[in-house]
Amino acid sequence: MRISVAKRYGTLALLAIAILFPLVVQREYFIYVMTLGYIWAISVYGMNLLAGYTGQLSLAHAGFFAIGAYATGILTVKAQVPFWPALLLGCIITAIIGFFVGLISLRTKEHYFAIFTLCVGFILFLLIERWDELTEGVRGLIGIPYPGAIGPITFESVTSQYYLVLFFLVLTIFVIYRIVNSLVGRSFIAIRNSEELAQTIGIHLMKNKLLSFVISTFFAGLAGGLYASFVRFLGPGIGNITVTFDMLTYLLVGGIGSMAGPLIGTLLITWITQSLQFLQDYRMIIFGPILVLLIIYMPYGIVGAARTLWAKYKLRKALPPEMKAPAVKESLQQVEEGSKS
Amino acid sequence: MIAQQLLNGLAMGSVYTLVALGLTLVYGILHIPNFAHGAIYMVGAFSTYVFTISMGWNYWLAILLSIIVVGLLSVLMERIVFYPLRHATPIHAKIAAIGVLLFLEAGAQAIWGAEFKMLPTPYDKVVNLFGVTITQQKLIIIVAAILLMLALHYFLRHTTTGSTIIAMAQNREGAFLVGINANRVSMMTFFIAGGLATVAASLVAPINLVFPAMGHLVIMKAFVIVVLGGMGSIPGAIVGGYILGLAEAFGGAFISTDYKDIIAFLLLVIIFTFKPTGLFAKGVQ
Amino acid sequence: MLLQVEKLTKRFGGLVAVNEVDLTVEKGKITAIIGPNGAGKSTFFNLISGFFPPTSGRIRFQDQDITRMRPDQVARLGIARTFQTTHLFEQATVLDNIIVGYRLRTRSGLWDAIFRTPRLKKEERESREKAYEALEFVGLTGMADRLVADIPQEAKKRVAIALAMATQPSLVLLDEPAGGINPEETDGLAELIRKMVQSGLTICLVEHKMKMIMNLADKIMVLNHGTKIAEGTPEEIQKNPAVIEAYLGGGADADNQAT
Repeated sequence: MRISVAKRYGTLALLAIAILFPLVVQREYFIYVMTLGYIWAISVYGMNLLAGYTGQLSLAHAGFFAIGAYATGILTVKAQVPFWPALLLGCIITAIIGFFVGLISLRTKEHYFAIFTLCVGFILFLLIERWDELTEGVRGLIGIPYPGAIGPITFESVTSQYYLVLFFLVLTIFVIYRIVNSLVGRSFIAIRNSEELAQTIGIHLMKNKLLSFVISTFFAGLAGGLYASFVRFLGPGIGNITVTFDMLTYLLVGGIGSMAGPLIGTLLITWITQSLQFLQDYRMIIFGPILVLLIIYMPYGIVGAARTLWAKYKLRKALPPEMKAPAVKESLQQVEEGSKS
Repeated sequence: MIAQQLLNGLAMGSVYTLVALGLTLVYGILHIPNFAHGAIYMVGAFSTYVFTISMGWNYWLAILLSIIVVGLLSVLMERIVFYPLRHATPIHAKIAAIGVLLFLEAGAQAIWGAEFKMLPTPYDKVVNLFGVTITQQKLIIIVAAILLMLALHYFLRHTTTGSTIIAMAQNREGAFLVGINANRVSMMTFFIAGGLATVAASLVAPINLVFPAMGHLVIMKAFVIVVLGGMGSIPGAIVGGYILGLAEAFGGAFISTDYKDIIAFLLLVIIFTFKPTGLFAKGVQ
Repeated sequence: MLLQVEKLTKRFGGLVAVNEVDLTVEKGKITAIIGPNGAGKSTFFNLISGFFPPTSGRIRFQDQDITRMRPDQVARLGIARTFQTTHLFEQATVLDNIIVGYRLRTRSGLWDAIFRTPRLKKEERESREKAYEALEFVGLTGMADRLVADIPQEAKKRVAIALAMATQPSLVLLDEPAGGINPEETDGLAELIRKMVQSGLTICLVEHKMKMIMNLADKIMVLNHGTKIAEGTPEEIQKNPAVIEAYLGGGADADNQAT
C-alpha cells in the first residue's frame, strides 16, 4: 500500500516526539502516565482489529488482558520464570485461550456474539477472583518483578520502562498496519462490510474471524503482561467489564476502524482523566453521556471527523467559483451522509 | 428438602423471568440487546428503597410509584439513546447501551454509595406450606410474577395496544403499512420492560439487598435466558427463566453455592457449543 | 452440463419454499428463472450458493456434489453470485471493492502479511490487475477511484458484476440484476450479459423484466409457489397457458417493464 508523504513524515515526527518525551518532560509522574497510556493503547489496537476492522464486538477483551497480566505475573512470582520467557508465554497462553473461546463464540452471530463474549468475560473475571490458590483473588498478586535486563540495560526506572513499552507499542502498530493493509486485512474488512457478500466471494468466515480474534487476544495479552511488570501489582478488577468499556471509549473517541484512532483516543482520554483527578469517582457519570453523544454525532471519532472535514475541504477547493453555493451544499451533505454510515 | 429447593428455584426463576421478559420484548421490536436493562433493574430497587426509607411510604405504594418513575426513565432512555441510533451500525448501538449502563451505575454509586443496603419489607415472616418452610417474601415473588405474566399475556393478546407490539415485533414493514406508530410502540415496550424489572428488583431486594452493582449478575443471566429461549420469544423467556432458577437452586444446594452463579454461563457455553443459533426460533409469540 | 439440480426441496417449518425442482444449466447458455413474487426464486439461488442446506434433493456442479457446501466453498469451485441489494462497501472506492474479489484465488496468510513476503506482493499485484480487468470488462474504468456511495445505481450493479467476475467463476448467478434501472440501462445490462457469455461464462439469472428475459435467455424456467410449472425456450414459455395463468392470477403483467 502506498503511504502518502505527509503520513510518512507525520509518523516519523510523532515517533521523534515520543522518543524525546521523557527527556523534555522531567516529572516522573507524567512519564508514568504516558507509559500506562501506551500499554492501554496496545490492548486497544488489538480490540480495533477485531471490532473496527472485522466488525465483531467482543466484550471479553479485558478478560484477555487480565489473562495476559496474570499469566505473566503468576509465572514470574510463583514459578520463578524470568520475565522475558514469562511475557512470551503469557501472550501465547492468552492467544491459546483466545483460540478456544473464539472457536465456540464465533459460531454465534452478531448480537449473540456480544452477549456470549460478555458472559465469557464475566466468567474469566469470576475465575480470577475466586481461584485464590492461583491468582490470590481479591488479595491481589503482588511483588511482580521488573522486566529482566537485556545485557547492560536494566528496566527498573520508569523512564527505561517507558522506552520498553514504547518499543512494543511501535511494534504493535507496525504489525497491525501490515495486517490491515494486506490481503488478510481486505478479508477482514469484507467481513465487516457484509458477511453474506464476503462468503459469496469465497471468504471463509470462521477462519478469518478466528484469526482476527486470536490476534486481538494476543495483543491484549501482551498489554496485560507489560502492565503486570509495570504496575507490579494485579487485582481481579483489571478483568472487569468496566475496563473493556474504558477501552471501547478510547477506541470510539479516537476513531474505530482507523490506524491512528486507538492511539489518539487512548492518550487523549488518559490525559484528560489524569488532569481531572478529582473527578475520578465520577468518571463514568461524565464519560457515559459523552460516549453516547459521541456515538450519535461522531460515530467515527476524531479520525472520522478529521476525514470528513478534509473531504469537505477538498470538495470546496475542487469546485470552480461560480458553482460554489448550491452545489457545494449538496455535495457536502452527501459527504456528510457518506461519512456517517 | 427437594420441595424447599423447588420453591426457592421458583422464586429466583420468577425474578429472572420478569427481567428476561423485559429484555426479550425490547429485543423483539428493536433488535438490539439492551445492555442497560440491568441498570434499570438496579434503579428500580433504589427507587423503591428511596420511597420506602426516605419517604416512609408503604411498601406496595413505593413499588407502584417506582414502576411509574423507572418506567418513565426507561422511556427517556429509549428516546434519547436508542431512537437516534436506530439506523446506526449494531456495534455502535450496543456500545451506547453499555455506556448508559455504566453511567447509571456510577450515578447510583455517587448518590447512595457502594455499600449494601437493606430494604425492609412487611413480609418477613416464615410460612409453612405443605410441610415446607418458605418466607412470605418468596411466596409473594412467585405469586406476583404469575399475576404479572398473566396480565402481560392478556395485554398483548387481548388489547389493541398490546397487539401493536406483537405486530411490530413480527413484521415491522407490515406494521407501518397498517398505520402503527413505531414510536408509541417503542416507548410502551420500554415502559413495560422498565416496570417489570422494577417489580422484580423491588421484590427480591429485601432478600438480596440493594447496591449499585446488583444488576450485573441478573442482567447477564437474563441475557443467557433470552438467548437460550430465543430473542423475542416470550414463552422462551418464561421457560428459560424458571429452568435457570431451578437449576441454580438445585445446583447450589447439591453441588456448591460458591460457583452457582457460573451455572448460567456454563449452560450458555454448552448450548452455544452445540447450537450456535440458540435453542429456539425468534419472534414474539 | 454445468449445473444440475435434482428434486431440490426446501421446507421452512410448514412452508415449502422450493418444491422438488429439477434444472439443468448448460455451459455457455443463459438460463433464466422467472415467476411471480414469492415463487421461491431467491430461495432457489440461496440453496445453490450454499446459504442454507436443502431439505432434500441434490445439486451437482461440474460433476461434483455441492449440495451441502458452504457459500465460500461454492464460490471457490467457480459459482459467483450477485444480490438484489448490492451489499457493496459504500465507503471504499470501486476498485477497492473489487480487489477483494480475487482473494479466494490467493494463498497469502498472516505470515505473508506481517513480513510482506514476495508471495504477498505478487498476489496483491495480481488482485489489483484482475480487479482492473473486471472493471474494464463492465466498462467502468473511469469510476475506479470513486467511492461506491457516489456512483449511480446502474453503476453499482455493474460493480457487483465486476466483483463476481473477479472471483474467476465459471457460472454466475445474477439475482435481479436489472432491478431499479431504466429501460436504456436495462438494454446495456443485457449487452453486458451477452458479452459475459461470449467470454466463456455461463449465466443463470432471476429477473422480472420480461422483455429483457425473452430477448436474452436461451432457456427459461418458471416457478410458482416453489414448484416448477414450465421450462423451455422463450417462445414456448410465452405460449404456455400455465405460465400465463400464474402471472395473471398472481397480478403481475407478462409485459412488465417497470420494477
